[in-house]
Amino acid sequence: MTIAHHRYDPHRKWQPRPAPKPGEAARTSAMIASLAAEGYETVSAPFGQALVAEARRNDRIVGLTADLSKYTDLHVFAEAFPDRFHQMGMAEQVMISAAAGMAREGFVPFATTYAVFASRRAYDFIAMAIAEEYLPVKIVCALPGLTTGYGPSHQATEDLAIFRGLPNLTIVDPCDAIDVAEAVPAIAAHPGPVYMRLLRGKVPSVIRRHCPDYRFELGKARLLRDGSDALVIASGFMTMRALDAAVALERDGISVAVLHCPTIKPLDTETILAEAGKTGRLVVTAENHTRIGGLGEAVAATLLTHGVAPTFRMIGLPDQFLDAGALPTLHDRYGISTAAVAAQIRGWL
Amino acid sequence: MQDERATALLSNTSLARRAWEIRRKAIRMGEVQGQGYVGQALGIADVLAVSYFHALHLRPHEPEWEGRDRFLLSIGHYAIALYAALIEAGILPEAELETYGTDDSRLPMSGMAAYTPGMEITGGSLGQGLGIGVGMALGLRAKGNPAFVYNLMSDGELGEGSTWEAAMSAAHHKLGNLICIVDFNDQQADGKSTEMLCAEPLQDKWAAFGWHVQRVDGNDIPALVRAFDAARALAEPRPRVIVCDTVMCKGVPFLESREITHFVRVEPDEWQQALAVLDAGRPD
Repeated sequence: MTIAHHRYDPHRKWQPRPAPKPGEAARTSAMIASLAAEGYETVSAPFGQALVAEARRNDRIVGLTADLSKYTDLHVFAEAFPDRFHQMGMAEQVMISAAAGMAREGFVPFATTYAVFASRRAYDFIAMAIAEEYLPVKIVCALPGLTTGYGPSHQATEDLAIFRGLPNLTIVDPCDAIDVAEAVPAIAAHPGPVYMRLLRGKVPSVIRRHCPDYRFELGKARLLRDGSDALVIASGFMTMRALDAAVALERDGISVAVLHCPTIKPLDTETILAEAGKTGRLVVTAENHTRIGGLGEAVAATLLTHGVAPTFRMIGLPDQFLDAGALPTLHDRYGISTAAVAAQIRGWL
Repeated sequence: MQDERATALLSNTSLARRAWEIRRKAIRMGEVQGQGYVGQALGIADVLAVSYFHALHLRPHEPEWEGRDRFLLSIGHYAIALYAALIEAGILPEAELETYGTDDSRLPMSGMAAYTPGMEITGGSLGQGLGIGVGMALGLRAKGNPAFVYNLMSDGELGEGSTWEAAMSAAHHKLGNLICIVDFNDQQADGKSTEMLCAEPLQDKWAAFGWHVQRVDGNDIPALVRAFDAARALAEPRPRVIVCDTVMCKGVPFLESREITHFVRVEPDEWQQALAVLDAGRPD
């Protein structure tokens, strides 16, 4: 059995990497990689803008960050409501604890950091101070899954697996700027704790180009396009990949339906079972997350529990610590680019 | 406004008698289960007596009164001691003492907010209370509410990094409405706290983190009263800490002299003996 990259390998440590070919555009492994270059129009800082709008209606909303306001679009809120913004410094555990304390005093705190830090470093505090108490703290985290080329320190490839096991926690994985913006009032109104994966900066506006009357609904999956050969159940920006792959496959005469499932927990099992239960279609899940413990396994458990047994495949990240590099390179390498998604579906049909 | 905030618990009953009542109730709860953190309860009884019957502004029949001082039990396993204080304060009925740690009781062996009136937070995952206290103090200040937040923590919790994140945060945010009480009994699960991960020199550490620091004999009621008064009266916008050196099992000499452990072993026939020792020294 070969387990790649799981153990320290002295031969791998200094292994030379190929230099860019002459004329090839220099690619970046920068932290601030963006999904903007996907051919869609973009919206700037949709989370920050939506939070400001919601905070004008709801004076209980406060914002906290652990030294990442500019990198989670919370700076927009901080500028609009300096008295309701709390800079907690590079101290995620006290940020989460303090958010719990403010919620106890009647506030609705939005606490932001990167997904790796919330899930790995502050987990016990989220579990005991917030989730066990069902406090209305909204934990909104940038760099979910593979959205930075910075390497495993910043790639939250297992955040959904960590949080799905936590009772009381609602988990949202939005696809685009519309999802992010419309999720803000929805999660603010939800009485309990929420973990939301954040797309920040210039965020593409995707879904309405394919499905003009789309609206985000907390707890609901939504069929964005129908198709007779395959059904892709996707969350996060993988819904964008699924839609783009469906368009590409249509040219080859392959008809792909896309079910967008932005709420990971609680899962909209009714809609998933209704769609997956239509016979004759390959069912594929697609997630920006390790294939362990995320949307794919949640859907698989739902289908098996209810005796729905289509041909089933999962698209997601491998069970590895991933490489550093440019996002387009890495998305191709790990099978979550549009071309890779289309190729996998084609291969399974 | 100040009148309304006056504590309802001031009475002619002496604080020494209140501490004695807390010790007695903790022993009775320990007897219900045949176990419990009675060593810690006996040690912290004087601190709880001064907290609940001298310092805290409370309405016993309205445990969630908005104007109350918040008392956070970061050390969830000290619940047996806090239940005793809450019963003595009239927040919990005395009859419930008999349910301690039993199925469906409101008095679980580790304190949880959803179970018990007067239990502000779910402690027990150590090192969380002070950070929650930071948030509550920020929230109270934002609301213009003059209440204090008290966080009772153990010396063992000084080993948690989150304690020092919270300490730095409280000073940075100038939380003059936050009072931290450290129960320094020099005992944690595997042995003496100072031999597990030594936090000394402790006053210097808190002071370096920007706190107003007092260290007192935590079983000396007049000294505790002075320390709590000073902590409340301090005009500076700084968080305040009172390090209380306490003696495990205080008040029951045959347990005090026993080889001190985190979870003191009490034989079935010793619960009544402990009560008899306490009863022989009942204060007025």
